Amino acid sequence: MKRTTTSLIGAALVAALALAGCGSGSGGSAAPAGSASAAPAGAFDPGATIEIGSLYEPQNLDNTGGGGQGVTEAFNGNVYEGLFRLTDEGKVENLLAETHKVSSDGRTYTFTLRDGVTFHSGDPLTAADVKYSIEKVLAKDSQSARKSSLSVVKSVETPDDRTVVVKLSDKSISFVYNLSYVWVINDTAKDLAKSEDGTGPYKLGEWKRGATLSLVPFDGYWGTPPTNKGVVFHYFTSATALNNALLTNAVDVVTSEQSPDALEQFKNNPAYKVNDGHSTTKLLLAFNDRVKPFDNKLVRKAVSSAIDNRKLLDSIWGGYGTLIGSMVPPTDPWYEDLTGVNPYDVELAKKQLAEAGLAGGFEFTLDTPNYDPHPTVATFVKSELAKIGVNVTINVITADEWYTKVFKNRDFTATLQEHVNDRDVVWYGNPDFYWGYDNPEVTKLVAEAERSDTAEQQAELLKKANRQIAEDAASDWLYLYPQIVVASSELSGYPVNGLNSQFYAYGIKKG
Amino acid sequence: MITYLLRRAAFLVVSLLLACVVLFLLLRLLPGDPANALLSVGATPEQIEAARHRIGSDRPLPEQFATWLGQMAGLDLGESFVSTLPVGPEIASRLAVTVPLTLLSFALAVAVAVPVGFVAAHRADTWYGALLSGLSQLGIAVPAFWVGMLLITVFALRLRVLPAGGFPRDDWADPVAALTSLTLPVVTVALVMSASLIRYVRSATLDVLGSDYLRTFRALGSSFAGAMWRHGLRNAAVPVVSILGIELATTFLGAVVVESVFVLPGLGGMLVKGIAQHDYPVIQGILFVSTFAVLLIGFAADLVQRLIDPRLRGSVAGGKR
Repeated sequence: MKRTTTSLIGAALVAALALAGCGSGSGGSAAPAGSASAAPAGAFDPGATIEIGSLYEPQNLDNTGGGGQGVTEAFNGNVYEGLFRLTDEGKVENLLAETHKVSSDGRTYTFTLRDGVTFHSGDPLTAADVKYSIEKVLAKDSQSARKSSLSVVKSVETPDDRTVVVKLSDKSISFVYNLSYVWVINDTAKDLAKSEDGTGPYKLGEWKRGATLSLVPFDGYWGTPPTNKGVVFHYFTSATALNNALLTNAVDVVTSEQSPDALEQFKNNPAYKVNDGHSTTKLLLAFNDRVKPFDNKLVRKAVSSAIDNRKLLDSIWGGYGTLIGSMVPPTDPWYEDLTGVNPYDVELAKKQLAEAGLAGGFEFTLDTPNYDPHPTVATFVKSELAKIGVNVTINVITADEWYTKVFKNRDFTATLQEHVNDRDVVWYGNPDFYWGYDNPEVTKLVAEAERSDTAEQQAELLKKANRQIAEDAASDWLYLYPQIVVASSELSGYPVNGLNSQFYAYGIKKG
Repeated sequence: MITYLLRRAAFLVVSLLLACVVLFLLLRLLPGDPANALLSVGATPEQIEAARHRIGSDRPLPEQFATWLGQMAGLDLGESFVSTLPVGPEIASRLAVTVPLTLLSFALAVAVAVPVGFVAAHRADTWYGALLSGLSQLGIAVPAFWVGMLLITVFALRLRVLPAGGFPRDDWADPVAALTSLTLPVVTVALVMSASLIRYVRSATLDVLGSDYLRTFRALGSSFAGAMWRHGLRNAAVPVVSILGIELATTFLGAVVVESVFVLPGLGGMLVKGIAQHDYPVIQGILFVSTFAVLLIGFAADLVQRLIDPRLRGSVAGGKR
């Protein structure tokens, strides 16, 4: 949602056309996911500062105060740490929590904190800081996107300095995972919108708004110190300027390439490495499942089958990206390839429409956000659906209008939107969500999954839910975005998946 | 002259107040609620209400306006809705880029346009006079971002002699580094600006060259250079100065395009972001500062014109009749 892809629409159209001409399968020379994390054989320069180029400048430095995607990228795991860490591969591991115990009813979690951890200000980490940090996310004025998933927390107690006891109102298997987003902040820290007091391997150097944010190693860090002498995030508003910076060595790595047409110049150049990782951003053609004609499952299935997602993905990303056929990306533990459920099949689509009593086709308005790639995608969808007699009117709206008209007022028939978070298939278990998908069985599965005893059980139930939403064509999942990190070939140890926009910098090596 | 100055200053203050009212109301006419920009998919209605309350968009308009005017009176531009940081200091830090960019471009443009425009007029009947005139015509048609991209391609990507964009992290601590970063942007703006300036200088010069007084002066035995120096320059300068004022203001406001091409942390980028996010305090702050700057430039241009041309001193706005 908060992605601001600012390259010109016109440029994107030209790019899409050009790439459509190139055809598919051009991603051959890209390195496989994960390879960049492996240490190189040669030595590296521990005195190097890593220059990172990004399109996502933080709004402010407080992730419960509207800091947005940018502050997650710069700070998560680098400046602030949680009790747990979500690795680049999507696994949850202990970070500030040394151990944790769950009561037999699954409603009481007891965490033991790691010993000898200090904040950047010099204060030692205590249980009170953890309590403060969890309550900050849940506070009335919190703007955290994770607030609702933590609403299950009933109380946080601190029997001693190294023990935190959290009582939940219901079982919640995702609780530990959700804690990987809760930054542990010193409870005496002030001015969090422009300063920080975390426990991470880096502390904030200087944030020059509109330009750069630098991080410098924290000497008192409890764990392995960074493999570099610091990092500087350089913020850009256009993908072209960002690529120019990489070409002129002003930056060493680009966290997320959003200009597929520019990749050619890096792909065939030994000085650069193009990494094709997995993102968690899904592009949805979201129907309003409450209103005609999309309250009919057959119509939704027909529309899903009438659109050639492969062709769409190739024309926009030229061989990068993945088709998943559902809401679950490969980095979620309950991933399954469901592209076969609603295959691209125009004849099938026509048959389904006829069955639904709409053999002659119908008309609908597609509310389309005005930023990339939505307008291009809308045009594609329109031409695909014309083949089965469905006439699409494209209504271009701003992000703000989308929020009011579609998300809040549910005043829409169908819309395009990117959904960036991982593990967000659970939204289909909420009948009040904007798309209005209401299948009691899925609602039950999602709720049961959250009350699971084991991760395996949870995964099994969510797989079922995911299969069901695909069967029901709750939305049309057009494709999963690629996560393309382009870096100088001198660089290694950078994350390639960038789950939920995080970008761990402490392991990056230069030289 | 004193009366004129007082009147002109009063006019400036009234304009500024009017501009405040207009820009406040215009912003509120935009569809959408700034609270939306603060939240993401998954926000609860309570979160939206809390956000509205924090930024005050749930209060009546007159109250919001009064609050803002009250702050302004105390020289406080308020806090950004989005970042919750004060707007004033950020504008000040952005001006450290935008003001030098504007002034340097302006100086370079004038330095190029005056001699070139003069030659284009004086030698209008030669091939190079026509060429200069034609080139300037072409220059007007070329958009600044295109010139910028061209310069980046040649000097940054191919020749690698100048940076493709950005500004030193410590601003002007290293003036050479700062000036290096500003070189391409300044040349870009100056090129585009001088194109139209050349046209004005050329036509003003042509007017003077064809004037009776210049011919008379020459007939009385003065050299061409002497005649131009004593009478031509002054007369040609009057229309050019008023255009210069407008050009300077346009450059200041139009720097946004060049700032974006060259990734400069200037006022323009801040404004564009503020608009996208419905961040009223940011937009109001920047527009207030810009309006003030533009009015001030107009004031200065008027003043300079009066210093150059004694006839204007007794004219309408001067009051003494």
